[in-house]
Amino acid sequence: MLLLILKRIGLGLITLFIVSLITFVGVEVLPGDACTTYLEREAYGSALDACIKRLGLDVPAYERYLEWASNVVRGDFGYSLSGEMPINEVLGPRVKNSLVLASVSILIGIPLAIVLGIITALWRDKLPDIMISTITIFSMTIPEFISATLLILIVAIWLGWLPGIVIIPSDATFYELLSNIILPVVAISMIMTAHMARMVRSSVIQVMASDYVQMAILKGVPYWKMVFRHVLPNALLPAINVVALTIAWLLGGVVVTEVVFNYPGLGRLVIESISNRDLPVVQALAIILASIYVGINLIADLMTLMLNPRLKSLQIRK
Amino acid sequence: MSEIIESVKNLSIGFNSQKGKQISILRNVSTNIKKGETVGIVGESGSGKSTLALAMMGYIKQGLFPLKGECLFKSEDLLKMSSRQLEKIRGRKIAMIPQNAGQALTPNLKIGYQIDEALRLHTDLNKTERDKKISELLNKVRLPSPETMAFRYPHELSGGQQQRVAVAMALAGKPDLLLLDEPTTGLDVTTQAHVLELLRFIAKDTGTSMIYVSHDLGAIAQVSDRIVVMYAGEIVLEGPARKILKEPIHPYTYGLLKSIPKLSLAGLPASMPGSQPQPGSINEGCSFYDRCNLATDHCKKNTPDLEHIKELNTNVRCFNHNELINQNNNLQTSITKKSNNSEAIEVLKLKDVSISYAKQKFFDQLLNKISDQNPTVKDINIDIKKGETIALVGESGSGKSTILKSIAGLLKTKDGQIKFENDRILSSNLKMRNPNDLRAIQLIFQNPDESLNPNHTVEQILSQPLKLYFNLSGEELKKNIIDLLKKVRLGEFYMSRYPRQLSGGEKQRVAVARAFAAKPDIILCDEVTSALDVSVQAAVLNLLQQLKEDLGTTYVFVSHDLAVVRAISDRVAVLYQGRLCEIGPSQNVYKFPSHPYTEVLLGAVLEPDPDIKPKLVAEDIVEEKPPEKGCSFQGRCPRKIGDICNLEVPPWQIGENGNAIRCHINIDELASLQQ
Repeated sequence: MLLLILKRIGLGLITLFIVSLITFVGVEVLPGDACTTYLEREAYGSALDACIKRLGLDVPAYERYLEWASNVVRGDFGYSLSGEMPINEVLGPRVKNSLVLASVSILIGIPLAIVLGIITALWRDKLPDIMISTITIFSMTIPEFISATLLILIVAIWLGWLPGIVIIPSDATFYELLSNIILPVVAISMIMTAHMARMVRSSVIQVMASDYVQMAILKGVPYWKMVFRHVLPNALLPAINVVALTIAWLLGGVVVTEVVFNYPGLGRLVIESISNRDLPVVQALAIILASIYVGINLIADLMTLMLNPRLKSLQIRK
Repeated sequence: MSEIIESVKNLSIGFNSQKGKQISILRNVSTNIKKGETVGIVGESGSGKSTLALAMMGYIKQGLFPLKGECLFKSEDLLKMSSRQLEKIRGRKIAMIPQNAGQALTPNLKIGYQIDEALRLHTDLNKTERDKKISELLNKVRLPSPETMAFRYPHELSGGQQQRVAVAMALAGKPDLLLLDEPTTGLDVTTQAHVLELLRFIAKDTGTSMIYVSHDLGAIAQVSDRIVVMYAGEIVLEGPARKILKEPIHPYTYGLLKSIPKLSLAGLPASMPGSQPQPGSINEGCSFYDRCNLATDHCKKNTPDLEHIKELNTNVRCFNHNELINQNNNLQTSITKKSNNSEAIEVLKLKDVSISYAKQKFFDQLLNKISDQNPTVKDINIDIKKGETIALVGESGSGKSTILKSIAGLLKTKDGQIKFENDRILSSNLKMRNPNDLRAIQLIFQNPDESLNPNHTVEQILSQPLKLYFNLSGEELKKNIIDLLKKVRLGEFYMSRYPRQLSGGEKQRVAVARAFAAKPDIILCDEVTSALDVSVQAAVLNLLQQLKEDLGTTYVFVSHDLAVVRAISDRVAVLYQGRLCEIGPSQNVYKFPSHPYTEVLLGAVLEPDPDIKPKLVAEDIVEEKPPEKGCSFQGRCPRKIGDICNLEVPPWQIGENGNAIRCHINIDELASLQQ
């Protein structure tokens, strides 16, 4: 088991290495470099030379990669171009904001999705299912920029209950953040919950039709006991991976929602730094987002392994 | 007259069709189960036997509902009970043993928990008493090391062990009535015989009544006191087991018994034409009218009632049953095959073939080291003559399908050669074979549902090999397709049908036609009749034999069913754990002397005759890997003589009948031991 975990971690690190190579090479082959971007029209003559020298662009690419990579491993992403700030300082508050938005959405959305999925599956084709399924399909099909805009229109402008856009200082406390993020959380949860509830529903329906559930009924197991002992553990296993992907998607920044609500998270930072051609920041973001995906998927895989006795003994036998 | 436990009265169960019509799949069924009695319910797929059995537990599958009638358990109607009331009866008064225990045990719960659950629900025992009871139950169903068994998960057990766990679970509540839904289908022959023996023992030991549902008259014959035969949702024949099996007075039962291949009979079983009518398609007359050779105009217009025949103690639903009285001698006949005119030309030779599933490790591959010293299949030497049918037979894990796959080029051999026509070596890599060799060897799969593309019409399915190998098109292509359909006795109008619009037997005919489209020299048949009903199986076997006699094709026929193999094959090779045990002409392999494994297999076959009991000579242990040294059968051999079996690979001995046996015991001694 330990060997397996180490193996998976090793594979994850290899993935990260490849991602770092691709982003570095990608930035490298783009026409122009950091200096031409930064200096814009003044990018000629001595100013350009000075910049190249200052940023160390005159050394060969592989040396620059090695230096950058070793810094990254130590947790130092270098300097951003636009503000000439250390990237870590640029990222810090953004990561925190994204984390807050994501965790609140997860805490509300995932349990809600599972409960809704189970209800719709157990009352399949009955009134609760028809009602909930209609709502979920509805909120799945509306694009988030429309639902977010509508939320602002109704709740913020017509009713005036909550602020329409998020204006928070970078040193805001968690509580201050919370009141500001209610609308973004609702907008995100609508779509996320709908997708996951549909998935849980079909998974539960599939398990309910299995031979072992029929057997449990014929054994005389009372209905709710059967649902909790025989159905849910087996139905929710495949949900783990979907939950993991959703979490990674949330942490990686929900670009559209962040832009509509003007929320300073990672997603907006990606857009901003790309349009500013702030290449060091883009590189740093690529690595961070890749690590989030790799890390969360690793956790999900290990959880599935632990919870599924079939996979567990298969791995141990190997 | 002993007490009646459950009685079904005029039960009809059905569903609403899309056009809003009520269609019944169970029609007016009435029967009684007495205390201590075992009733076998037999019928082909779609006859409504499982629906009836589940209704007897008050369970109706989703989409179905009872139309009329009642299921009285101790004079209370199960179909009118609330789910709360049913929970008190299910598992406590009536318990179920499911068809596929592997799927019927919840995968995330340990065996012990699942039995404990039944005990908690249906007994008042406390924790320590229950733990004791669990090992008692596991012991009773003869599971090895019952103490540790409780801590295992269902997937860690073999098929036979899972089935035993299901039996233990059903016995936990001390039920009055046990319902068994095809409990041995899908198990190996020897395992099946052992499970049946256990069930018989339990019935006697506990006095429990049993309802045994199966399509397999062989299994039914071994356990039942009384037999109920179902056809198209009706009971067509009901009576004492011996009478039903020896003097069937309903033409369907008669035909069914005739279509079962029997070990004692060489030659093919007679097939019954046609197929069971779809639910809702019968408006008037006898439901068996289309397939019956006794049918008259009277049968077309009038529906027969279940009539009681006093002297036979039997109920029968047929106007002309008198014609079948005293016809029982005819049951023991079969269609003789034309003797094989194999010209002694060897068309395919397997020489020292070994096949391994073990993946070579990366470093071993670099060093060109062969890592697997104990491959799945080893030392296979078979010469196949032109025009013969050679059968590979053995239980699951015997390597029979593996060998077939490597002949087809789907699996690489590790060692040895496959030689085709004039000793030309066939590459074990499919991509290296030339198109003509690919054409010459065709494969028919077990399950036509999976081997036919559901989105292609029969015409598209059959045109593919014709286009690929013969470049046919237009009129000529169509003519060829019609010819092929004619060969497998399907009409021209089948061309536009999709597989889902065909019955199981028709689908397998299309698969056969597709194989023959390539005009092959050799056809590899992988369990081609296992997924079919008995009457359909007989038809497919007859078709294969007819095509072979007309076209001179060679068959390599893989099957686990010794009686089917007996019916179709000229020569038989018996395999255990990927090693050959015995090979010879089929009439001799089925006679003694036999390899001890062949003897075990033959002993375990269930014949549809209550007087022929299976002989259980070896344990049904499952071995996961072949032994590294010595005889492959050493672990289970009832005739093991000592260390020599563990250490040395036994030599080939050729008997006077021409069958070769691989055993350390002298062949003459084997003969005298087995007499």
